[in-house]
Amino acid sequence: MRIEIRWHGRGGQGAVTASEIVAAAAILEGKNALAFPEFGAERRGAPVRAYTRITDEPEIARTPVVSPDIVIILDPSLITPAYVEGLKENGCVIANAPEDPKDLAKRLNLKEGVRVATVDATSIALKWLRAPIVNTAILGALIKATGIVKLDTVVNLVKERFPGKIGEANASAVKDAYENTKVIDLE
Amino acid sequence: MSSELPGASELVIGGIITKPGSSLEYKTGDWRVLRPVIDQEKCVRCRLCWVYCPDAAILEVDEEYVTKKGRKYKVSYKVNYDYCKGCGICAEECPVNAIQMVPEYEKKG
Amino acid sequence: MASLEVAKEVKKPKPLSTNSAVAYAVKDLDVDVVSAYPITPQTTVVEKIADFIANGELDAEMIHVESEHSALSAAIGAAATGARTFTATASQGLALMHEILHIASGMRMPIVMSVAMRALSAPISIWNDHSDVMNARDAGWIIYFVSSAQEAYDTIIQAFKLAEDPDILLPVMVAYDGYVMSHTIEPVITEDRDEVLKFAPKRPFPYRLDPDNPVTMGPIADPNWFYEIKYQQVMAMERALEKAREIDEEFRKTFGRGYGIYECFMCDDAEALIVAKTSYAATLKTILPKMWEKGYKVGLLRLRLYRPFPVEDFKNILDKVDAVLVIDRAISYGAPLQGPLAMEFSSLIVKEDLKLNLTSVVAGIGQRRMIDSDFENLVKLAWESRTKKYDRTIFYGVRL
Repeated sequence: MRIEIRWHGRGGQGAVTASEIVAAAAILEGKNALAFPEFGAERRGAPVRAYTRITDEPEIARTPVVSPDIVIILDPSLITPAYVEGLKENGCVIANAPEDPKDLAKRLNLKEGVRVATVDATSIALKWLRAPIVNTAILGALIKATGIVKLDTVVNLVKERFPGKIGEANASAVKDAYENTKVIDLE
Repeated sequence: MSSELPGASELVIGGIITKPGSSLEYKTGDWRVLRPVIDQEKCVRCRLCWVYCPDAAILEVDEEYVTKKGRKYKVSYKVNYDYCKGCGICAEECPVNAIQMVPEYEKKG
Repeated sequence: MASLEVAKEVKKPKPLSTNSAVAYAVKDLDVDVVSAYPITPQTTVVEKIADFIANGELDAEMIHVESEHSALSAAIGAAATGARTFTATASQGLALMHEILHIASGMRMPIVMSVAMRALSAPISIWNDHSDVMNARDAGWIIYFVSSAQEAYDTIIQAFKLAEDPDILLPVMVAYDGYVMSHTIEPVITEDRDEVLKFAPKRPFPYRLDPDNPVTMGPIADPNWFYEIKYQQVMAMERALEKAREIDEEFRKTFGRGYGIYECFMCDDAEALIVAKTSYAATLKTILPKMWEKGYKVGLLRLRLYRPFPVEDFKNILDKVDAVLVIDRAISYGAPLQGPLAMEFSSLIVKEDLKLNLTSVVAGIGQRRMIDSDFENLVKLAWESRTKKYDRTIFYGVRL
């Protein structure tokens, strides 16, 4: 098993934190994993990319992910074909978008065999956090669409990472998104 | 000379000097060209020479001295010629000109 | 007789960055004094240590200083009193320490320092390459390059044991890639403090500052003495090679993880080798198996202990191949080969009268992007170099 995830967001949305939480969850579930940002662009509002690699092999590459199994887009303004470049044939795209996965697939020119998931993460984040920090919501969508890590593990990590009320609110955002993510497999 | 000195395996690491006071073994008195001579008659025991000496080569000794005019001092100041380099600071600082710098070697003949 | 084969409890790894892993090692080693100045990408090491101190998990003195020059100066003062002392830096910070690096090794202070390697200005770069450590290689420090957060944790522990050994007494640098490792989350097993301290008990500096037994440290040494005192460093560095090997072996027996003083990956039957370190070496371990399937019999010699240089080991390894390609992530401007590590391998080849082609490749300067296909290209280049000689250093990926 070797799963490579590429995260696209804007500085401040928490793409790097989300990439780390997924790696941390995989590690706690007994897998080998890495998470690292494409460094240097961590300014609020600037496009940010981050990577997560999960494997059950002992060795793990430390290079940027260029042919991802999963692309996650945290910001609606970044939903363009350029951001799904290199996606593997049976890959998966998860986006913060209120629209139907079918419409998103069309917009991104996605081919058959690809799994597409959408969630209105911005609304969910505003509802639970009163701020458009969508990373925890998108984690719920990732779990729903791929199951690569367990919901419980992620919820616990989120609570650990953000102690107190903020943690509870973020955990609710994860679960809310998990319930409300729409997933289709393109045929 | 260096062949008679200890080698790398014999020396303490890092040039560390493990016992205090080893500089006492290095007598610097022979560096002197002029030697300070203290006139016990003129000396008012103000201690300034002792204060200023950069090599701590002025000694304050418990030696009573009575001047010709009958003034009695409980201590005397002397020069430790083993370490005095003859810099002349004591003579310069002495407020009563009680210290003279005298050539170590007089011209002969 | 009771069985010694008591099954050890399998420890669960924690998700940690390499910087955090280093901080955990410092905590588990019960370090007494930490003296450091923040610099990207090292800062989170000291931040995490500050957390441990604030939480009461580590009883240490954190000395806040105004520069790296002072950070290492204060570390020397602390080590001189017999305290177990740690510092961390990167890039310009290591450069600013340069004068004090020589003083730390010359005074034989068993300080351990982690370096989250970063390019040197100008132009300004906060990104990773190895210019900072290669610039400091002649300062008399033992130098390790590590390839994972786990190895960083384990090596900091080994480093203190090595530094404080009475036969060694030299400062040790543990270097890893800034960002690509320093800020990357990965699995790390940390050990119980009691076990760590049993493995690496504190052995304070034998001539430590003590008002009851005064000593003079760092005195002037005239031409009759200076040379011998510097030669003592040569001897200690030579002894460090076998000592480092023994310590790693003992570490493996104690904790079940070991690395040797270098790593040879897929070297059996290899016809060419790539010499790499830190994250590049880790990546090559995922690339090489695929390349062997395509017929490229190229192995990896991963540099781990860099100073002292494992000359004999490397000689025996190089003797079996037709070509070696050395990846450098620093530039030695105007040198016969502009890759500093390539020059060292070149001198090894000449000195040992080995017959093989050496190719010098400079790559990843200022963290220029290197993806899997770039590493595949380097494997192919190493393979080609068995029969083709490249006289000049190849600056891989630069725009001309």
